[in-house]
Amino acid sequence: MSKRRPYVRSMDGWWRKNPFFVEYMIHEGTALFVAAYAGVLLTGLYRLSQGEAAWNAWLAALKNPWYIAFHLAALAALTYHSYTWFKIMPRTMPPVVVGGERLPGWVITAGGLAAAAASCLGLLALVWGMAR
Amino acid sequence: MSEMQKTIEIEVLRYHPEKDREPHRQVFEVPFTDDMSVLQGVQYIKDYLDGSLSFRWSCRMAICGSCGMMINGIPSLSCQTFLRDYYPARVRVEALAHFPIERDLVINMEGFIEKLESIQPYIIPKEERTLAQGEYLQTPEQLNAYEQFSSCINCLLCYAACPQFGLNSSFIGPAATALLHRYNVDSRDGGKAERMELINSEEGVFNCTAVGYCSEVCPKHVDPANAVNQNKTNSAADYFLRFLAPKGGAK
Repeated sequence: MSKRRPYVRSMDGWWRKNPFFVEYMIHEGTALFVAAYAGVLLTGLYRLSQGEAAWNAWLAALKNPWYIAFHLAALAALTYHSYTWFKIMPRTMPPVVVGGERLPGWVITAGGLAAAAASCLGLLALVWGMAR
Repeated sequence: MSEMQKTIEIEVLRYHPEKDREPHRQVFEVPFTDDMSVLQGVQYIKDYLDGSLSFRWSCRMAICGSCGMMINGIPSLSCQTFLRDYYPARVRVEALAHFPIERDLVINMEGFIEKLESIQPYIIPKEERTLAQGEYLQTPEQLNAYEQFSSCINCLLCYAACPQFGLNSSFIGPAATALLHRYNVDSRDGGKAERMELINSEEGVFNCTAVGYCSEVCPKHVDPANAVNQNKTNSAADYFLRFLAPKGGAK
């Protein structure tokens, strides 16, 4: 008779066992803010479709300090989300070969972050220009 | 005048299938010198303190892939992890996570061996050539496409780093997918269609949630996370392209 009795360890609380997994759970968690913010924008669109009065009421509601605090929290969470997203990006795509050399991962990450920063600034400039 | 002999505490997760209901910790006091690896530490335990301690090892130079263990909770090759980096604190040694423990630091790797077999880790020639036709030629670029993924030594650190494998052991996992990819992108190989069925299956790449820790712990810089994630794209392409170009028998 076999004396083998392989022992299977529990996975309970796996994400607390390693700092890397804790960080992973935090960056996955910030995706909830991305979803929540999409909800905010969709609400704005819906209020706009209801007419001028509804739109202005929504704009006034946005000036509530709680709403402003939420925006600041969402900004922090989305910034962190983009950072971790671009950090993992080189691992998720086919090799980019430039001039016979494979592009190092940090270049891809830096490129992504630069593109994100540029598009944010571009959007900000556009909105600022329109609001003037 | 000789210097005082330094000692370090090594805490080992012990499990004897015939005696223990579950694993338990045992601490050993091990004399050490600055050039000693964790593997040498557990070898000292086996030679001088407790001969019943079981663990796998072979080459002592990070090439055979036998001595993987959890060292302070991190999947590591014990031959290239040094005791001096932990001294004077205690070092915690445990069998590789996410695998069943056979005994002490020895894991059951049967599941992985089956996966390795299933990916057909050999070249399935695109075209049969006779000896008279000579060897299969390859350009440096064609070699570059797969070389990194061929460096895998099957040490299984990546599986011990993958929570998705821990939660679902049927997931084909990082190393097997990296090797699968290694053959799929080899210019001499013609077995891609067969291997894609595995990539696309329930056990395939979509179990991965891009934690990325597998690539962090890989001692050979294989970057298995990259192989897995490239094949998510390949799998999606495989799925949608069949509407444009039906492949007949493909599942």
